[in-house]
Amino acid sequence: MPLQLSHLNRRFTEFAALNDVSLTIAPGEFLALLGPSGSGKTTLLRILAGLDYPDSGTVFNGEEDFLATPARQRRIGMVFQHYALFRHLTVTENIAFGLRVRSWRSRPSRADIRGRVERLLKRVQLEDFGGRYPSQLSGGQRQRVALARALAVEPDLLLLDEPFGALDAQVRVTLRRWLRELHEELQLTTVFVTHDQEEALELADRVAVMNHGRIEQVGAPEIIYQQPATPFVCEFIGKVNRFTVTRNGEGFAAGGWTPDGDPWEGRFAEAQAYVRPEQLRVAVAPSQPAWEARLRHIYLAGSVAHLDLHVPALDQALEADVASEDLSRLGLHAGMELRVAPRSAVLFPRDASGATISEERWLWHAAHRVHA
Amino acid sequence: MTAPLRSRPVGWPRRLAHGGLILVALVFLVLFLLLPLATVFVEAFRQGIAAYVVAIKQPEALAAIRLTLIVAAIAVPLNLIFGIAAAWAMTRFEFRGKALLGALIDLPFSVSPVISGLVYVLLFGAQGWFGPWLDAHGVKIIFAVPGLVLATIFVTLPFVARELIPLMQAQGSEEEQAARVLGASGWQMFFRVTLPNIRWALLYGVLLCNARAMGEFGAVSVVSGHIRGLTTTMPLEVEMRYNEYDYVGAFAVASLLALLALITLAAKTLLEWRYGDEIAAHAPGGH
Repeated sequence: MPLQLSHLNRRFTEFAALNDVSLTIAPGEFLALLGPSGSGKTTLLRILAGLDYPDSGTVFNGEEDFLATPARQRRIGMVFQHYALFRHLTVTENIAFGLRVRSWRSRPSRADIRGRVERLLKRVQLEDFGGRYPSQLSGGQRQRVALARALAVEPDLLLLDEPFGALDAQVRVTLRRWLRELHEELQLTTVFVTHDQEEALELADRVAVMNHGRIEQVGAPEIIYQQPATPFVCEFIGKVNRFTVTRNGEGFAAGGWTPDGDPWEGRFAEAQAYVRPEQLRVAVAPSQPAWEARLRHIYLAGSVAHLDLHVPALDQALEADVASEDLSRLGLHAGMELRVAPRSAVLFPRDASGATISEERWLWHAAHRVHA
Repeated sequence: MTAPLRSRPVGWPRRLAHGGLILVALVFLVLFLLLPLATVFVEAFRQGIAAYVVAIKQPEALAAIRLTLIVAAIAVPLNLIFGIAAAWAMTRFEFRGKALLGALIDLPFSVSPVISGLVYVLLFGAQGWFGPWLDAHGVKIIFAVPGLVLATIFVTLPFVARELIPLMQAQGSEEEQAARVLGASGWQMFFRVTLPNIRWALLYGVLLCNARAMGEFGAVSVVSGHIRGLTTTMPLEVEMRYNEYDYVGAFAVASLLALLALITLAAKTLLEWRYGDEIAAHAPGGH
C-alpha cells in the first residue's frame, strides 16, 4: 500500500513550513527528504509520525486516513535526531518499551518480549549492552538502540530524523552502510530527513529535495544529480559552476563558448547555466570553442583533484574536478594556461524580470564527446 | 621558579583579606544562624526534659501540631498537582499569556504574606465580597481551617512549579514524543517517562513546599483568628505562648519547627549531593 501525501499545507506564525506538498511513497521504498534547515522536511516527517498536523491536505496509507489515526496507532517506528532514549531505563527496557505499553490483549508475553529484545540487540550488535543506561553509551551505540527500539514494535513505516546528524564522520559512514544493508534485509518503508546531500544520495532509493516548504524535485539519486529540475537543486546538490549565457544572433554564448541550438526558439534573451566541476573539460583542442583559463591552484583531495580556474572572458572563477592521475598525464601545474569547456550543462532561461523559469529547463550535452 | 600556583607566596595584605573575609562570614553564621538555633533548644530544655514533654503534651500544642499536619497534608499535594500541571503547560505548550502565567506563579514570592492573608479576608471575610453569601450557606472560611489551607496554598504555590520548569525545559519533550510514537497513552507517557525524569526535582520541590507550609506565619496569622486549639498552627502557637510569657512552652513547640527545618535541610542537601544534575540548579528563593 503506498503512502499518499496530497496538498499538505502547514503554517507556523512566521513562515509556511509546508506549501502544497504532494508525495507518494511506495511500499518498501527508502526515501530521503533532503533540504536546508527550515525547508519543511522535519515538519513533513512529524506529520507522518502524528506529532504534528497539517492545516490542510490529506495523508492516506492505502485506504487508511493517517491524519485520523492517532500517533500511537499508526504502527510507526521513529528515530529522533537526538535519539530521545528514555534516560532512566536500561537499553533492554528502552527497546521493550513499545511492547510493554500495549494493552494486555495485544501485549506479547514476558518471554516473547525478552526474546524479541535479545534478537534486536543482536541485530544492532549490542548483545552485551542490555543492562547499560543511555548515558553509558557512545553516540553510535545510542543511535542503534534508538533504531532497535523503533523496530521492536514491528512498524510498517520507519521514520528517521537526521539519523546521523550528531555522529562524527567515521561512525557516520559505517552506520550509513549498515542502515542500507538493514533496509535491504527488512524491506521496510523508510523515510529519513537529512540536510546532508551525500548521505541522501548514497542511501536513498529516491530523494525528495525540499526548499521553502516545497518539494523541488523527487527522483532517483542519479537523476537528482545529473538532471536537476530547478536552479535550487543545481546549487544545493553537489558543487556547481554558475554563469550567464546571453543570446546573440542565432544562439547563446558566454565569453566565447556556445552551446549549440536554442530550444526556446528565441523567446528568451538570457539564461543561467550550471556546470558540474567534473563536467568541465580541461585541455580542449584549439579547433573547438572553449574558454582561455588560468589554473590558479590545485587542491589535491585523494583520488580527485580540484582545479581552481580563472576565466577572464567570463570574469569569474570556475572549478573543475579531474582524477588525480590526470594531473601528471596532462602536465597540470599552477599558473599554466588551459582551454576549458563544459561537457554538459543545465540551463534555465530568465524572463524579463530576471527570474529563472524551471519549467523551461534545457539539458545540454556536447554534440561529440572529446576526451580531455 | 616552578612552584605550584597555590603555594605561591602571597603578600600579607592579601592573606589578611582572605582570612578576614572568612572570619566575617563565620562570625555572621554563628551569630545569626547557629546561635539562635541553639537558643531554641537551650530555652526549650531550660527546665528539664519533663517540662519540655509537658509543654508539648498540652492539648493546645497537640491540636496545633495536628492542624499544621492537616494543613500541610492538604496544601502540599494540591501544590504538587498544580506544580506539575503548571510546569507542563509552561514547558510543553505554546499559548497566549504564557509569560503572564510565569509571572503569576512567582507572585506569592513577591507579595508579602500578610497581604496574601488579607486578600482572603477581603474575599471571604464577614465584610468581604463572598462573605455574606458564604455565611448564608453556613460555610466558614476565614477564622477556620479552609482559610488556613487557602492561605498556605497561596504562599507555597511557586515551590514545585519553580523547581520543575527549568528542568523540564532542559529535558525537552523528545522522550515524551518517542513514547507516544511507540504507542504509549497519555497516562503511560506521564507515569513511565515524564515522572521518572522529574522525580528528584519533584521531591526537592515538595520538600521545600512542605517546610514552608508548616512554617508559614504571616498569611496564616491574618486568616486564623487565633482560636486556641482550633485555628492555631504551630508557628501561631509559638507566638501566642511567647506573648503569654510561657517561654518553655513557646520554645518547646519552636524546637519541633526547628527540627523540621533541620530534617528538611539534611534531606535537601542529600538530594543536591546525590541527584544534583537531575535538580534544577537553583532552589527557588522565598521570604
